[in-house]
Amino acid sequence: METLLQQIINGLSLGAIYALIALGYTMVYGVLRLINFAHGDVYMLGAFAGYFLANALGLDGHPSVFWAILVTIGAMAICAAIGVVIERFAYKPVRHHPRLTALITAIGVSLLLEYGGQVVFGATPRFFPQMIESRTYALGGVQITNQNLLIIVVAVIVMFGLEYIVHRTRIGKAMRATSYNLSVAKLMGINTDRVIAFTFALGSALAAAGGVLVALAIPRIDPLMGLMTGLKAFVAAVLGGIGSIPGAMVGGVLIGLMETGLSATAYSTYRDAVAFGVLILILIVRPSGIFGSSVVEKV
Amino acid sequence: MRVHPTADIGPFAVQERRVRRMSSCVRLLMVLGAVLTGLAACERRPSGTTDDGTGDILVGVYASLTGDGASFGQSSREGTELAVDEINAAGGLLGGRQIRLLVEDNQSRPEEASNAVTKLITQDHVVAVLGEVASRRTLAAAPVAQRYQVPMITPASTNARVTEVGDYIFRVCFIDPFQGEVLAKFAYNDLKARRAAVLKDIQQDYSVGLTESVVSHFTALGGQVSEPVSYSSGDPDFRAVLTQIRAQKPDVIFATGYYTEAAVIVRQARELGMEMPILGGDGWVGDALSNGREALRNTFISNHYSGDNPSPVVQHFVAAYRDRFKKAPDSIAALAYDSVKVLADALTRAGTTNGAAVRDALASSNVTGVTGQLTMNAQRNVSKPAVIQEVTYADGQAKFVYRTTIDPD
Repeated sequence: METLLQQIINGLSLGAIYALIALGYTMVYGVLRLINFAHGDVYMLGAFAGYFLANALGLDGHPSVFWAILVTIGAMAICAAIGVVIERFAYKPVRHHPRLTALITAIGVSLLLEYGGQVVFGATPRFFPQMIESRTYALGGVQITNQNLLIIVVAVIVMFGLEYIVHRTRIGKAMRATSYNLSVAKLMGINTDRVIAFTFALGSALAAAGGVLVALAIPRIDPLMGLMTGLKAFVAAVLGGIGSIPGAMVGGVLIGLMETGLSATAYSTYRDAVAFGVLILILIVRPSGIFGSSVVEKV
Repeated sequence: MRVHPTADIGPFAVQERRVRRMSSCVRLLMVLGAVLTGLAACERRPSGTTDDGTGDILVGVYASLTGDGASFGQSSREGTELAVDEINAAGGLLGGRQIRLLVEDNQSRPEEASNAVTKLITQDHVVAVLGEVASRRTLAAAPVAQRYQVPMITPASTNARVTEVGDYIFRVCFIDPFQGEVLAKFAYNDLKARRAAVLKDIQQDYSVGLTESVVSHFTALGGQVSEPVSYSSGDPDFRAVLTQIRAQKPDVIFATGYYTEAAVIVRQARELGMEMPILGGDGWVGDALSNGREALRNTFISNHYSGDNPSPVVQHFVAAYRDRFKKAPDSIAALAYDSVKVLADALTRAGTTNGAAVRDALASSNVTGVTGQLTMNAQRNVSKPAVIQEVTYADGQAKFVYRTTIDPD
């Protein structure tokens, strides 16, 4: 029983990480119908940005919540800028080409960031400085660290925040309009270029926040860290229904629980195979995912 | 599918024509391939013939200078360079010839290890190859050296299968069947553990081999071992598998993988309230282990040598290394240093760089090394005692403190 509860907590912690990244996938897809495969790598860049900022500020061994927040915001700003640059130079030129072109461009950007990262940062894993003091809370034999709790809380806040932005603000309305029909939105006076840039900035900033938060809980970072995590988050987004914000959250948590459940059996090494098996199954049985409906439910 | 309106023939016709053109291409390629294979067969000669007996003696080193195993690569390179510089400063070998090292990085990838050794042998014509540390990468590269009949000495690959690749492959470290026995004995006799759990890295031959040996020896002593739990190199999160282990309430955990994962494993184990001793092999010797921080309390490793050993050979090495690299040498550096000394001794005794002659000389090596007496046995392994060290954490660094020595039977 104790073990089961602990595994559920483990699964939730892992699932919240996937959810945080899946939210970025889903948002970009919702507006542009583009699966931004580079999203997982922006998450990696976020972790590295946080790493360099924290080390420049000398935070290792001097935990401080204030500086941790500042580092996170710094990493988010850096990645938002990177996101806009990627959109401007990689995706915008192919925006009016067939969708497959953009998809392949996205894979190209992803590879560029992964292997460019290996050149710039080196392939050797680094360990993220401990910016906040690690505490473990124990509830009747079930342990959770403050960092994991933070990831879960932030993922939930981000989900509601995104829902609010998309459905209750002016820019959100513009995003929905752009998503519905780009040329008509343009005719209605919406600066669609700016809306799309904003979408990328927001998505990339979220990925960066995810990168820093995850690096706090799981301190090992390397240039390929976004590859597997990003793909799993993509599976989570598809499972939840790509384009749906609550779907990304639910999908992420489900994948996290599933992986953890599988790790608890003798088949722990089949984890990745099962995650991608789910992707195939979902695409065959219900391509629109759990929350997606065949009626266009766009962000 | 877009159809080109200008195409005056159907797509099938185009296809057919292409197939015909391709088949002649294929035939040409096949002829070329046959010729090249023939040439390659002629190339397959002992590398010693390319060495004209003058100039520098070229020795190849392949190491994981970057990637997951970067600490292994750096340490082994430093130990190797130190030994080579000492030999060169003392007048070189074979009548005053200097040793020149050619170092290749394999990025901690087995396929790159094999490429690196191929390059060192076929392009650089080295007379011998030194490396690797991780067994998986040595196992990938050793068949190349064996095929070209160039002697290879691995400083630190402990997997039993490494020297079974062929008679040109040697090592200067003990092997995992012994290392597993040492760990099992220490856990059972000194830590009084009766129930054990094992975490193994399924991607690493080293971890798989060490796990097998630990399990069989611990069981033979009368202990109980639950089914080993697997992970893969590079996994970031071990909470799920650790929770599973926690439920089995073991007295001790063997984590048989490498240092990068070990750092995360001990941290997450302590976070889950698991305070039992955690034991690892020599694969824990790497700078990133320090990231385990305070969680490294109550952890032990088996290792090749201890820098506290008062023997003059050890103290000379520790002082020389410190002087040059401004840090304490780890066991990987010590083994790499020893591997060069063994090679130099064999070259001197052989009196030539000819591959077969050097191999024969290596097979009868008996050198006093930093890590013990290096006497080559018939399986091209050396039999040496192992030390158990306690891992401690102070001033941001993991330190290994000598606990006991365990001799081979």
